[in-house]
Amino acid sequence: MMKKLIVLATVCAVLGLAAFWFLTIPQTVPASALGAHVPDLANGKTMFQIGGCASCHAVPKQEDRTRLGGGLALNSPFGTFYVPNISSDRQDGIGGWSEAQFVTALNKGTSPSGEHYYPAFPYASYQRVTFDDLRDLFAYLKTLPPIAGSVRDHDLPFPFNIRRLLGGWKLLFLDGAPFKPELGQTAQWNRGAYLVNGAGHCAECHSPRNALGGIERGLRFTGGPAPDGQGGVPNITQFKLKNWSVADIAETLETGMTPDADRVGGNMVDVVRNTSQLTQADREAMAVYVKSLPAVEGHAPKKKQ
Amino acid sequence: MKLATVFAAAAFAVLALGATAVVAQQDPIAARKALMKGNNDNARNVTGMIRGNAAFDAAIVNAAFDQWAETAKKLPGLFPDSSKTGGETRAMPKIWDNKKDFDDKATAFGKAAADNRAKAVESLDGLKAAIAVVGKTCDNCHEDYRAPRQ
Repeated sequence: MMKKLIVLATVCAVLGLAAFWFLTIPQTVPASALGAHVPDLANGKTMFQIGGCASCHAVPKQEDRTRLGGGLALNSPFGTFYVPNISSDRQDGIGGWSEAQFVTALNKGTSPSGEHYYPAFPYASYQRVTFDDLRDLFAYLKTLPPIAGSVRDHDLPFPFNIRRLLGGWKLLFLDGAPFKPELGQTAQWNRGAYLVNGAGHCAECHSPRNALGGIERGLRFTGGPAPDGQGGVPNITQFKLKNWSVADIAETLETGMTPDADRVGGNMVDVVRNTSQLTQADREAMAVYVKSLPAVEGHAPKKKQ
Repeated sequence: MKLATVFAAAAFAVLALGATAVVAQQDPIAARKALMKGNNDNARNVTGMIRGNAAFDAAIVNAAFDQWAETAKKLPGLFPDSSKTGGETRAMPKIWDNKKDFDDKATAFGKAAADNRAKAVESLDGLKAAIAVVGKTCDNCHEDYRAPRQ
């Protein structure tokens, strides 16, 4: 009897591990999935700006936002991430990548060597971006200067340093669905929804996360803790922004000035450095979409220590 | 009579200055919050003009840029080590790790306000251009040293 149980348990464990292994295989986008495409560099630049690539990947403590050598340290509850080099350098950046490898990285969160990326790289949002837009972005990035030097590894404690486990995270929080326009809404609203939820990845900071680091269902856009620990990221649903007009939201994205003539602070300052570069039409589309987010209260802000 | 009024105003100004100095010594958090509130009040005044909600008024614009330039001079002195916490401050601890950078950014704000005042009082377009420059110096400090509010 005992022997049978041990055999059964062993079989179950092996099957479980095999299933986990199988389910957590990093996914890729094959080159065959990409048809003919003539890159639109201007659109690639727009994607670069709305995507906020420079906010994390630009070399810290210098002004040039096209020097994408990485190196910024991102503190998180799971450890410290060091942002990689995505300059056009063939050795240390993405200059040697194929288009399919780039699309795979942003759409599936899988590296060219077939490993899972950490979701500090917001591919849960970037998966909504169309392949055409990703390919334009890739073409644009390749026009930016190569920066030599690879960035140190992330500093994460066990078990977060095991990348394979991220396959489990992806099962829970990465649905692989492209952006789908809502038919009942205007083209402007849909453009805004696409920019906010896709490349703009606004929800990544403006939402609370559960213990596994996934955005809490139903509380998207209700604000979250500050990534660096002090203060918080505001709720941007109508619970908080009911007195903001569409024009107010668009103006804040352009100038960083709030309706009350305060300035945005923290990481939002750098977000505005990106959104100020967009067209007014894109900012207005984002504003129309944000203004349509139903009021949800979210969690009460944490008491100060 | 007129002379008396001037004397009274001068005396009042000296008293008010003295009182501010005392408050600043006793409660630097309250003092710097009051200054920042003044910054915001003036920003609201000039932003109202830019947004077309108020008529362009060179005197109000001048007062705003003056207050900002003056505030910038006082700010570095209002962050003694004893004022890291309390009073619901949003000042972040890294101010005291990078005090020179913090002070430099306050100085840059004051310089931007002083240098752009002449342009701002000239016309609405000048004001818009000036605010864009000064606003960046607000952000350079807030980005690193003011905790965002949830």
